[in-house]
Amino acid sequence: MNDFLYKDTDNLSAMITAQPQLLLTLSHFGIPMGFGDKTIAQVCSEHGVDAKFFLLICEVYSNDQFMPQAATLRATPMQGLVPYLLRSHDYYLNRRLPHIGHHLDKIANMLPPRAGKAIKQFFSTYIEEVREHFAHEEKTVYPHISNLIGGKSDKFKINDFLASHGNLEDKLSDLVQIIFKYLPGCDASKARHVTTDGEPAAPSHADDDAIDMIFDILQLALDLRKHAIVEDKILGPFVKQLEKTAKL
Amino acid sequence: MKRKVLIVEPSEIIVEGLLATLVHTDLKILKPEYSIDDLSNRLDVLRPDILIINPTLNDNVTELRKAARSMAVVALVYQYVKQARLKRFDAVIDIRDSQQAILQTVLEVGAKAATSDAAMSSHELTRRETAVLIEVAKGLSNKEIASRLNVSVFTVTTHRKNIVRKTGIKSVAGLTVYALLNNLIDEDTVI
Repeated sequence: MNDFLYKDTDNLSAMITAQPQLLLTLSHFGIPMGFGDKTIAQVCSEHGVDAKFFLLICEVYSNDQFMPQAATLRATPMQGLVPYLLRSHDYYLNRRLPHIGHHLDKIANMLPPRAGKAIKQFFSTYIEEVREHFAHEEKTVYPHISNLIGGKSDKFKINDFLASHGNLEDKLSDLVQIIFKYLPGCDASKARHVTTDGEPAAPSHADDDAIDMIFDILQLALDLRKHAIVEDKILGPFVKQLEKTAKL
Repeated sequence: MKRKVLIVEPSEIIVEGLLATLVHTDLKILKPEYSIDDLSNRLDVLRPDILIINPTLNDNVTELRKAARSMAVVALVYQYVKQARLKRFDAVIDIRDSQQAILQTVLEVGAKAATSDAAMSSHELTRRETAVLIEVAKGLSNKEIASRLNVSVFTVTTHRKNIVRKTGIKSVAGLTVYALLNNLIDEDTVI
């Protein structure tokens, strides 16, 4: 069994204060804020979330070296796993990506048309890839889990899925590299600081917008990396175990 | 940064002997080459600090140094070679030398050779890397790029690794944007 950083008797707000990135898990679990000084166990039970499973996910988000052991997974109720993943998919596709896309469009529109078009194209292709990636999981892996739990057999094998499970973070990191290293005219704001008559002009916030967006992208990349760890290190072994039991 | 040594020698047993001699040194031993096919491209990509080569394969030191000007070139001799052919080499190893003497020769040459650190840490793409990048951005496979540029697939993959390291961009789509932004390709060449 792994030792977790937090236990269900800990105060939820203290945990979030120490590890603000855990706010992301609240959203993925559908736990609203305003939980006062309640413990993790209390808040979880109020929102129909299994506290052990919640703590397992929090461990993935707060501990970069975390590697769940088989015993830990066996001792954790997993009925919340698929709903958790579905909710995360929805959050990425319908909230984070459109938000980033909106800001990216603003920046792209200030670039020379050729560069702006290339960036927009890159991002829209990326969104399509993410959509397909999630749709594939929702069409194959999740029904497979329901089948196994319901005692039905199917031809799907989780190992095939894990072997071909592509990563969604690389392109986001490429996008960040492109924005801060290679975008032409991102320092156009500097040129406009002084007008032709020598008066200081109102500073343009083009660079600030780009920096805000980079933070948004980096945060999404981190979230997606944790999401992939949940799938590879928790969902994978869990389904393998189910497949084994189904064969007996 | 460790000095890099490339051995070019057709005899496997001699290569093995040299590797055993150099294994405990502070040198980074690159994967040996058994022939000079594609050697100039390999040198361009690998940029060794020390090249140990059998002069019967190639004794044109000036040509060998084209890719890496600061590289030390050591002749590896085990048959009679005319003295004149050896005079442009920085040092000569005879396989009848003692292991200690061979080690000494390589280390001395290594100490003298200016490191190619500057070239390696540069973030500018070389001409060859740019050529590969253009083909990558057009959507060609490594195999297609290799045949188009007349190099081995292995060389293409090494160039690609360098491109990724230098630009920080991993995906083909990202490299395509990079190529477009740097006016290396036109919008209509993108497939």
